[in-house]
Amino acid sequence: MPDEAIAAQRSAETSKQQSGQKKPRPDGSGEQPLSAAEDAMNEWEGFTPGRWQNAVDVRDFIQRNVVPYDGDESFLAGPSEKTKAVWAKLQPYFKEEIRKGVLDVDTKTPSSMTSHAAGYIDRDNELIVGLQTDAPFRRAIMPYGGLRMVEAGLKAAGFEPDPIVHDVFTKYRKTHNDGVFDAYTPEIMACRRSHIITGLPDAYGRGRIIGDYRRVALYGTDKLLAAKRIDRALLDAKWPSDDVIREREELSEQMRALADLAEMGKEYGLDITRPAADAREAVQWTYFGYLGAIKEANGAAMSIGRISSFLDIYIERDLKSGALDEAGAQELIDQLVQKLRIVRFLRTPDYDALFSGDPYWATECVGGMDLNGRPLVTRTSFRMLHTLTNLGPAPEPNMTVLWSKQLPEPFKRYCIKVSAETSSIQYENDDLMRPYWGDDYGIACCVSAMRIGSQMQFFGARVNLGKCLLYAINGGRDEVSGDQVGPAASPVSGDVLEYDDVVAKFDVMMEWLARTYVHAMNCIHYMHDKYYYERLEMALHDQQILRTMAFGIAGLSVVADSLSAIKYAQVKPVRRDDGLIVDYEITGDFPKYGNNDDRVDTIAADLVSTFMRKIRKHPTYRNAVHTQSVLTITSNVVYGKNTGNTPDGRKAGEPFAPGANPMHGRDSHGWLASCLSVAKLPYADAQDGISYTVSITPSLNRLDQGEKIKQAVKVLDTYCGQGGFHMNLNVLNRDTLLDAMEHPDKYPQLTIRVSGYAVNFVRLTREQQMDVISRTFHGDG
Amino acid sequence: MADEPWAHSRYDLQQARSPDAPETAGFNDPRGDSGWIHSYETGSTLDGPGIRVVVFMSGCLLRCLYCHNPDTWHLKDGTRVSFERAKTALQAYAAPLRAMDGGLTISGGEPLVQLHFTKRLFAAAKGMGLHTALDTSGFLGARADDEYLRQVDLVLLDIKSWDPATYRRAVGQDIRPTIQFAERLAALGKPVWVRFVLVPGLTDDPANVEGIARFVAPMKNVEWVEVLPFHQMGTFKWKAMGLDYELSDTPTPSSELVARVIGQFREAGCRAR
Repeated sequence: MPDEAIAAQRSAETSKQQSGQKKPRPDGSGEQPLSAAEDAMNEWEGFTPGRWQNAVDVRDFIQRNVVPYDGDESFLAGPSEKTKAVWAKLQPYFKEEIRKGVLDVDTKTPSSMTSHAAGYIDRDNELIVGLQTDAPFRRAIMPYGGLRMVEAGLKAAGFEPDPIVHDVFTKYRKTHNDGVFDAYTPEIMACRRSHIITGLPDAYGRGRIIGDYRRVALYGTDKLLAAKRIDRALLDAKWPSDDVIREREELSEQMRALADLAEMGKEYGLDITRPAADAREAVQWTYFGYLGAIKEANGAAMSIGRISSFLDIYIERDLKSGALDEAGAQELIDQLVQKLRIVRFLRTPDYDALFSGDPYWATECVGGMDLNGRPLVTRTSFRMLHTLTNLGPAPEPNMTVLWSKQLPEPFKRYCIKVSAETSSIQYENDDLMRPYWGDDYGIACCVSAMRIGSQMQFFGARVNLGKCLLYAINGGRDEVSGDQVGPAASPVSGDVLEYDDVVAKFDVMMEWLARTYVHAMNCIHYMHDKYYYERLEMALHDQQILRTMAFGIAGLSVVADSLSAIKYAQVKPVRRDDGLIVDYEITGDFPKYGNNDDRVDTIAADLVSTFMRKIRKHPTYRNAVHTQSVLTITSNVVYGKNTGNTPDGRKAGEPFAPGANPMHGRDSHGWLASCLSVAKLPYADAQDGISYTVSITPSLNRLDQGEKIKQAVKVLDTYCGQGGFHMNLNVLNRDTLLDAMEHPDKYPQLTIRVSGYAVNFVRLTREQQMDVISRTFHGDG
Repeated sequence: MADEPWAHSRYDLQQARSPDAPETAGFNDPRGDSGWIHSYETGSTLDGPGIRVVVFMSGCLLRCLYCHNPDTWHLKDGTRVSFERAKTALQAYAAPLRAMDGGLTISGGEPLVQLHFTKRLFAAAKGMGLHTALDTSGFLGARADDEYLRQVDLVLLDIKSWDPATYRRAVGQDIRPTIQFAERLAALGKPVWVRFVLVPGLTDDPANVEGIARFVAPMKNVEWVEVLPFHQMGTFKWKAMGLDYELSDTPTPSSELVARVIGQFREAGCRAR
């Protein structure tokens, strides 16, 4: 039946396209390409007109209509009865999930926007509707990324893979995963096996693409389709090179996706072909855009973007007309967030080991300044953060405050207050990013900034730099397996590691690793575009977009400290019978990254720049711009597990520090020193983000709450002023965490932030829980 | 790396101390070219206004039963650091400290043991535009002349007890120098935060508290009286150093007790917390 629907839609599409072709507009920016503003006069009434009416331009709409708010949180309302009723319905699921894991899967139906009937939690009380499948917590399968992942996920969750699906995706339909492995080289396979390159999106959805879901609300799908038809006419006029043919095919897919999205709306009895007419519709339409995306793409990270202040414009209009009151406004945001909190994907145990706690990074950005120096903080920025109070703390949506020194003081204080109560907010430096990405960027996943609707990234996980250093020392042999993985070179000789010698060898090995890494990424994203194209997310982008290819490094602090040990102390290699160096004896002390000591901090900063330079040497698929992150998420545990002893004294199997953090316990001069070390890493060479997690123990501080908050605001201002990029802030007691390990039932909502995202602590593996607890806690909260 | 303490924690340093460290001779050289530093920490919010860098000097003449830094008693518990090196390290924090309305606190040990070095470091901090705080028991207050105190914006003065016998039992020294120092600071109008460590069974006697409160209340230069509840966090150091720790079984003060003591100070007219 969905097939028929698709077919019908397709023929409708064709006729629309034809009619669209009657008036090709070569510059793509004609006066009335969106088929006349009058159509939407009702929906747009009361808004300040502008370019946004004649072209798809959400930023322009925001710029002309947003009303910044510089007051405090006293206006906020609690959860409504309806919100509470829906929330109560969901509680048993949350509880059971902690015990059981995956509750239900539809094993038979590959997911699409139109694959499932409408689903509800509590129809009478839901103001915002739409589920991934026909029932809450019923997960869907998405085999286009890779069938193996789906089947492994099903088996791990105790479900039988469906034989028909198996047949279809082995006999008739190739997956992204199959494609990538057709293109991989033996060298890449060896790198994967030995875990020097890991987490690559070669068997699952790459994610990290943010559709501009606000467009669905502002324009409705009809106008968006009209705009796409103009793009199509331009493409049709071009000579069909490989690029043009691919773009035409992609554009056709995008247009079909928009039609399907409208169809999905219809399933819920809503007509999203037209613009949203009020606040409730704006929230609903925007959510539908997001829902369509997560029905089709099981991306590692599926950010929602930067919607609060956009929605605020609709809410303000309704408040003014009296159609809505504060309780009603909060209700809409609360109910949206309820939906975002129950997004679930089917994933495998391997995947969970890398990214634990079932994250999907529905990252929402609040705050930030615009290019004219106006804060983009609105009442709805507060309402969004207030969901953490109304519904309790939670990892999703991944609340991200774009911090600027210029933000209104009451908003800053409110953020810190919510942080202290919930440990559910991360902070990113808007003053650092705005010059790069403008004032309408969002954060994909944890720390990856991109201009919404005009930029996407090819996600690339990360390489293990710690292991790379060991390969350099061992002439390309893996320190765990003994296999020759890297290019054969002479290993370190002699009884003591010489700094210059190791650095020279390391440089050669990084050169090789960078080349292999770019090679692998090109294969992956070629195939992902081909077999698992994110048609709806890309439909909510401009035709001309900036693509970045996001590389990443893990083990920064391990390598920096290792090189520092080799330089400032004496490090003797310990060899096995066959000459493989498997351990190190360190005599003397050495400066450690995380203590604001330039001797080692410059080593760390140089590493970031050096590896970036090497990455940049190699051309990328679709001429994507190379970027790099220093981010591990929870994979620092797995990286450590697969890496032998390192010259900094870290023992084989011990976790790395997460992201750009100093190694556990080595940042021994307090948090300020630690922060300043991290702030030295150059954002210019890590434009995909630098993740830093801080845990602060709420002490029996003699200051009162207000004073503490004021101080914390100053700390963030100063950290950002010093060039710090990101702060994942936890305000927690170690004892609380230990108790939660023993009595998970008592802490169903205990949320903590780990390297760029937040997790439900009780849903982490025991190993990861231990890792979190062993990390440096700083006093004086 | 004996001259490079800036890469170590307070505790690590003590553990890693070289047995052939240079002699203590000349520690009190009038130029203050070098000092014995136990360690330093950044980001404190407890040791003066704003966010602070706290330098812990080694060497102390008191032996407080509840001392949580017994690893700073002896000069040689620290590491010899040149003044220039200390200044350079502090410089790396100057801008953020200024931005956070914070500054430098010198603690210990007893900063006034190494009079010339600490004076020079305070002067350097003032030169960087930093607020300066001296954390002292006052026992050596007479050593700090007015010129020294001009480099200090705030004195964190530990008055560990009022009753002379209790004082001697708690710290092993006479109370009079501290009292005299407090009076001198009052005469100079130097801002002071009085600190009182509340140890159940040792310093919690109402009369003992009352004495300090009445002594301090009329002093206009005393901005705060801070009641520091005793804690057991330093216990492991006593054990690691093989010292006899008398307070192993002493409980931390109950919130009622803390409230009572703060109440006593407030009753007497002090601004207490």
